[in-house]
Amino acid sequence: MRWTRWEAGGARRGAWILMAGAAASLAASAQNPQPVPAAPAARSVVVIDAAHGGDDTGGHLSDGSYEKAATLALAVRLRSLLGARGFQVVMTRESDATVNPEQRATIANRANPQACISLHAAETGSGVHLFASNLTPVAVTRFMPWKTAQAGWLTRSLALTGVLNSALQHAGTAVTLGRTALPGIDSMTCPAVALELAPERDTDKKLTAEPDNPDYQARVAAVLATALLEWRTEQANMGARQP
Amino acid sequence: MIPRLQAVLFFILVIASLIMGAVLFHMREKAHDRMLAGQDAAPTQAPQVTAPEQARLSVASDDDNALRPQAYSLPLPVDPGARAKAILGKLLDLYASPDALHPVPGGAASVAQVFLLPAHTNAAGATAQKDSGDELAVINLKGSFAASHPSGLETETLTVLSICDTLHANLPRVTEVRFLVDGQVRESLAGHADLTRTYLVADAERTDVAKP
Repeated sequence: MRWTRWEAGGARRGAWILMAGAAASLAASAQNPQPVPAAPAARSVVVIDAAHGGDDTGGHLSDGSYEKAATLALAVRLRSLLGARGFQVVMTRESDATVNPEQRATIANRANPQACISLHAAETGSGVHLFASNLTPVAVTRFMPWKTAQAGWLTRSLALTGVLNSALQHAGTAVTLGRTALPGIDSMTCPAVALELAPERDTDKKLTAEPDNPDYQARVAAVLATALLEWRTEQANMGARQP
Repeated sequence: MIPRLQAVLFFILVIASLIMGAVLFHMREKAHDRMLAGQDAAPTQAPQVTAPEQARLSVASDDDNALRPQAYSLPLPVDPGARAKAILGKLLDLYASPDALHPVPGGAASVAQVFLLPAHTNAAGATAQKDSGDELAVINLKGSFAASHPSGLETETLTVLSICDTLHANLPRVTEVRFLVDGQVRESLAGHADLTRTYLVADAERTDVAKP
């Protein structure tokens, strides 16, 4: 009986401690508001941004096609592969439509995704060029400036770039890394990477595939899907480790 | 018989005509001399030949997305704005050469002007003191350069960063760079690199993904 009473008393004490703790944390958060990025949705969301479109043709590729067509084709391939792996995919455009950088960032930010991939294509360089924003990382605050909102997510964007880089290099794709100022990416509040698909070249720099080559795109999309699966696992483990 | 009065008047008019003709002839000669003198006063001074100086250019390479410092000996003007223009002209001449690792047509003529103004922020991004001496370089590019620049994230970013890094290497007080095209603000260089923002020299140094 005493043990039961003690247990009951302990439970009451525990409840009081929990309530006090909750009240203290509420007061602390009111004094020092430090909003953290919202937790990803239960089903992992990936935003695929096929760059350019509509009036904005992007660059001309060597075979005369437009960059906007190559990015959309790659985006559709990647969407299929990610969908098959259980991702919820949000596209910034699904047709040859004009979407400005602000609209792209708005679509991405509303989806609250685990990753945002902006797809580009170019006729210069070789392999895959991965870019993160060149903003200076800052802590996330309640209100982030629109043009530099990505600064709060930059550390995670760089981590995502590392995961994509490892997967692409493991698959034998030439990768160059960089930082850039890109209006759409700089306003995204998610781990964001700009990926530019350049022509595939052999060791003698001889062209083996254009960026709009279906086989080349399929190979790169498969590697990206695998890398994003790994990224999702990493994020889930990080979430599990958090108290 | 001609009256005496008319004869006197006739001679007076003849003498007056001769005098007026002589005056006009004299004035014409003077005007001609003035014109020749004006032509002689045209600036025909030979350009001053300055001693070549070392300039450090950050030359971009598309192969590995890198900027490589290269030293060149150039005759550079004393005026900082003209000096910046000459250095950037040399950089763009390298990109216009047939064997360039970062091929961009246009060459030195692509830089219309470079203006140097007091900067608002320092290299770290904080607001600069009024007397800090930091400068903002405003580079006015020609529209033909932007129109002919290859489109792509990597190539456009390399052009912008190599210009920023080259300017800072040779004019250390330049901590910020802004770009105009034909005197107007332009959204992007060729569809990718943002030209509406002010670039800090730290941007050019922060090209490596491993350095957040």
